[in-house]
Amino acid sequence: MIDKQVPTVAQALADIPDGATVMIGGFGASGSPIELIHGLIDQGATDLTVINNNTGNGEVGLAALIGNGQVSRMICSFPRSSQSRVFPKLYREGRIQLEVVPQGTLAERIRAAGAGIPAFYTPTTVGTILAEGKEQREIDGRTYVMEPWLKADFALVKCESADPLGNLTFNKTARNFSPLMCMAATTTIVQTKRLVARGDIDPEHVVTPGIFVNRVVEVPNPVHEDTLIADGRSYP
Amino acid sequence: MSSGWTREQMAARAARDIPDGAYVNLGIGIPELVARFVPEGREFIYHTENGMLGMGPPPGDDDRDLDLMNAGKKYVTALPGSAYFHHADSFSMIRGGHIDVCVLGTMQVAANGDIANWSTGAPDAIPAVGGAMDLVQGVKNIFVITQHTTRTGDAKLVERCTYPLTGAGVVSRIFTDLAVVNVTPDGFRVAELAPGIAFDEVQEKTGTTIAPPQ
Repeated sequence: MIDKQVPTVAQALADIPDGATVMIGGFGASGSPIELIHGLIDQGATDLTVINNNTGNGEVGLAALIGNGQVSRMICSFPRSSQSRVFPKLYREGRIQLEVVPQGTLAERIRAAGAGIPAFYTPTTVGTILAEGKEQREIDGRTYVMEPWLKADFALVKCESADPLGNLTFNKTARNFSPLMCMAATTTIVQTKRLVARGDIDPEHVVTPGIFVNRVVEVPNPVHEDTLIADGRSYP
Repeated sequence: MSSGWTREQMAARAARDIPDGAYVNLGIGIPELVARFVPEGREFIYHTENGMLGMGPPPGDDDRDLDLMNAGKKYVTALPGSAYFHHADSFSMIRGGHIDVCVLGTMQVAANGDIANWSTGAPDAIPAVGGAMDLVQGVKNIFVITQHTTRTGDAKLVERCTYPLTGAGVVSRIFTDLAVVNVTPDGFRVAELAPGIAFDEVQEKTGTTIAPPQ
């Protein structure tokens, strides 16, 4: 019987090596897999390339991973926010690299990787500095920019419920990039609020089919980034 | 000198130009106010880039759902009939031309419809683009709401943008504190003056030639 459940966060993350490319789900605080990120801080892999929409907030979650010196490069659409301090400091000191990708292009590059499409043409960035140096092509009278797929070695994702096959459901806008990242990574590691029995998720309600998921670890009471920040917490 | 429209009045004026049944994406800042001024008898459905149609107003402090945010990372509510989806679907709605109107704030907007609202291009600025470049290319109608000038009195409606572009030739209409301005093949044209505002004042505060109301 297939069972993708892993007993602990530490075991789920154990084989992430230095230099890995890691997609992390979430949009700001919503959907951020805080326990997996903190587990990656404990695990200690360095020189990571991290793909996320943002760069974390406060001194927890992704911001803490960056602050711990484990990330050498960020690929994101919006590295600033009102509570983002760790990344801007390291960036200005030249200690972390940044690739800024428009949000829709970031999503589609990730989706394309999961779908086996090595590149696609998009109208986004035409006429802007972000199109400079990229292949452009006229299709049906309009100019488009070519963008390559974006793959990762690992994806760290938070979901609402999962079964032992890795079928996933999400909660509201915590879904965001996570289903795409599950498709695009070689190894997808999911923390789920509820681990349910095979058959307990209505097949009509599965958002991410288990074929895109490798490991599931149950985290029954996940902390939320905004709550940690409101409490003035930091990690480790 | 009259003060022209307030922020709320600018938002209400923009809302009047959005048709009943429109799918609408509102940018952060003054554009968010548009949702408070839906004209009687119309329904707009709000899209937020992070994966939702049917976004409702902010919750009370006790009714927050930590998994229910908008693209500005603010807590929101879900109206009956709302839908959640992942980011690729969300930007398919944007890029695929399914969203009818996007209302954005801006730093500069040019007479040829160019918009610059993501970066000043300053050497020490951290580039952050978010979904702006996707929105301006994909949404059918790009409306801009902005003060007519910066806080220091510089024109925001200009001949050509000096800041890095978000998109070229994409803006169709601008709502400022002084006027409603259309972007036409011949450049800016005032469609409507705010009460008490003279055309000469609008021309004086615009960084290029602007045509008077027809």
